[in-house]
Amino acid sequence: MKSMTVPASLDKAKARHQKMKLVRRNWDLYLLIFPTVLFFLLFKYWPMYGIQIAFRDFVPVDGIWGSPWVGFDNFTRFFSQPTFRISLINTITISFLSQFINFPFPVILALMLNQAECKWYKKTVQTVTYAPYFISTVVMVSMINFFLSPTSGPINALIKLLGGTPINFMGDPGLFKWIYVFSDTWQMSGYNAIIYIAALAGISPEYYEAAMVDGATKFKRMLYIDIPFLLPTVCVLFILSAGRIMSLGFEKAFLMQNSLNMSASEIIATLVYKYGMLQADFGLSTAVSLFNTLVNLVFIFSVNFFTSKLSGGENSLW
Amino acid sequence: MATNKIHHAKADTIFNALNYFLMGIILLIVLYPLWFILIASISDPNLVNLGKVTWWPKGFTTMGYEKVFEYKDVWMGFRNSFFYTVAFTLIATALTVSSGYVISRKDLIGRKALTTFFMICMFFNGGMIPTYMVVSNLKMIDTVWAVIIPNCVWVYNMLIARTFFVTSIPDELLEASQIDGCTNLRFFFTIVVPLSPAIIAVLVLFYAVAQWNSFFDALLYIKSKDLYPLQIHLRNILLMNSVDSAVIGDAAAMDERQRLADMLKFVLIIISCVPMFVVYPFVQKYFVKGVMIGAVKG
Repeated sequence: MKSMTVPASLDKAKARHQKMKLVRRNWDLYLLIFPTVLFFLLFKYWPMYGIQIAFRDFVPVDGIWGSPWVGFDNFTRFFSQPTFRISLINTITISFLSQFINFPFPVILALMLNQAECKWYKKTVQTVTYAPYFISTVVMVSMINFFLSPTSGPINALIKLLGGTPINFMGDPGLFKWIYVFSDTWQMSGYNAIIYIAALAGISPEYYEAAMVDGATKFKRMLYIDIPFLLPTVCVLFILSAGRIMSLGFEKAFLMQNSLNMSASEIIATLVYKYGMLQADFGLSTAVSLFNTLVNLVFIFSVNFFTSKLSGGENSLW
Repeated sequence: MATNKIHHAKADTIFNALNYFLMGIILLIVLYPLWFILIASISDPNLVNLGKVTWWPKGFTTMGYEKVFEYKDVWMGFRNSFFYTVAFTLIATALTVSSGYVISRKDLIGRKALTTFFMICMFFNGGMIPTYMVVSNLKMIDTVWAVIIPNCVWVYNMLIARTFFVTSIPDELLEASQIDGCTNLRFFFTIVVPLSPAIIAVLVLFYAVAQWNSFFDALLYIKSKDLYPLQIHLRNILLMNSVDSAVIGDAAAMDERQRLADMLKFVLIIISCVPMFVVYPFVQKYFVKGVMIGAVKG
């Protein structure tokens, strides 16, 4: 906005004047956003200030201010526990499995739906596949428990019917991550496919007509039109979800946890709850949660850094 | 050429058949568990436990549904959840729409700073205990406000709203109304809001689903039973296996009580999902739209 003819200082003063005028004219916009700002200050920024208890030996009667500083004691206490390594490995394993296994399903579903000509059938499949998205985590986990139950679950009934021995799915730590990931596939694939379905609907029919004139079969049309068309959307969404990789759904792991699968279901977020609410060790809990947040941040920033490098600044998160 | 065409027609028929077949399998995999819960809720629980119920209800009974009407805790939870969902959705949508609109205004001084102020909270937060202490300092523990307020605005939704306003409220509209001397507030309430039913519907849906299904805030902050939302009762009954003995107490034998408890679980799953599935068909088109707006980076 620099003008060539006026001296810089005058220009600056003018710009400031302009700015003030805009602020004055838009005073009611600030009024409109004030409640939200207040909300963020109270419930988001005030807790950030409270993070300092991660570096204190928190004594409830003394409050945050009265509790003595202990430096990184809470962190070293966490790192020296065997649960630290276990929970970190579990968090990373489950996150990566979710990312890589659950990513392709919605894409495939969308490609299949796009090729379906029968309208009502397509619509039915679509509506039914997003329905599970609305099921709450509590209900979802109780369904998992029921279906995989070694005594009354339908899955084990089927295994018995085929002559196998029943498997105690929920009691086997080795199976925990698979149950976690594949139940997510069941619940979320339809919902996650919406975006791809919409992208595919944007393909101009001319491409298909031209391909049909050239005698391309449906399979070839899918291979050479649908997939290349979908690829950019797939890339962007992959990056977006890679950035969220460590923010694993806490509720589900917490609810699926039982004494038998503990060694596989203990993730960092469940430890935050346990230390904080069950053992009332506020300092340790906050330290663990801060550690999780920092790992997350490092992850998000590095994913974003690499992808924006690779794509020349195009596929950046912000 | 002609044989080629026939050949292609044949290839397409095979492709279609395979595609429909696979879609059928997907449909079955998704639908069957839902169908099973439904038929299990009206079947004899003994037969369900023995694995005898597979496709159709067996030993038809509506006892589970009759018993659930006597389950006072559940209905109280239902009522609480309903209240929490309505209150939370109203407040959250109002705050999100208003703040999303403000940060969409290009002539707002401090727009960038405000956006950054909000976005920081997407990546960094105080965590469970510091937030708990704030809620406690504000004397909200064990009140309805603890469930409604602390999670009220999601930055992600605010950004969706901003993107919507940037792309669908033309600048000329604002200019024209400014010439007429219309204030920003009046412009927002009389022009922007009536032009934005789509984004409002999307936000209402997202917030309502989240609040109806949430249990963790209540687990942290609510101590008294008569404030519990439905999901907390569901967790106790479905996952911790603690069914109120007043409801099944008149059944004398132990196995009879367990039978009733098992049956109640299926009924409760169905009942807890009813509100979502009733509302869903009406908002489905907005739902798709919302997912789309959300995918466009603002």
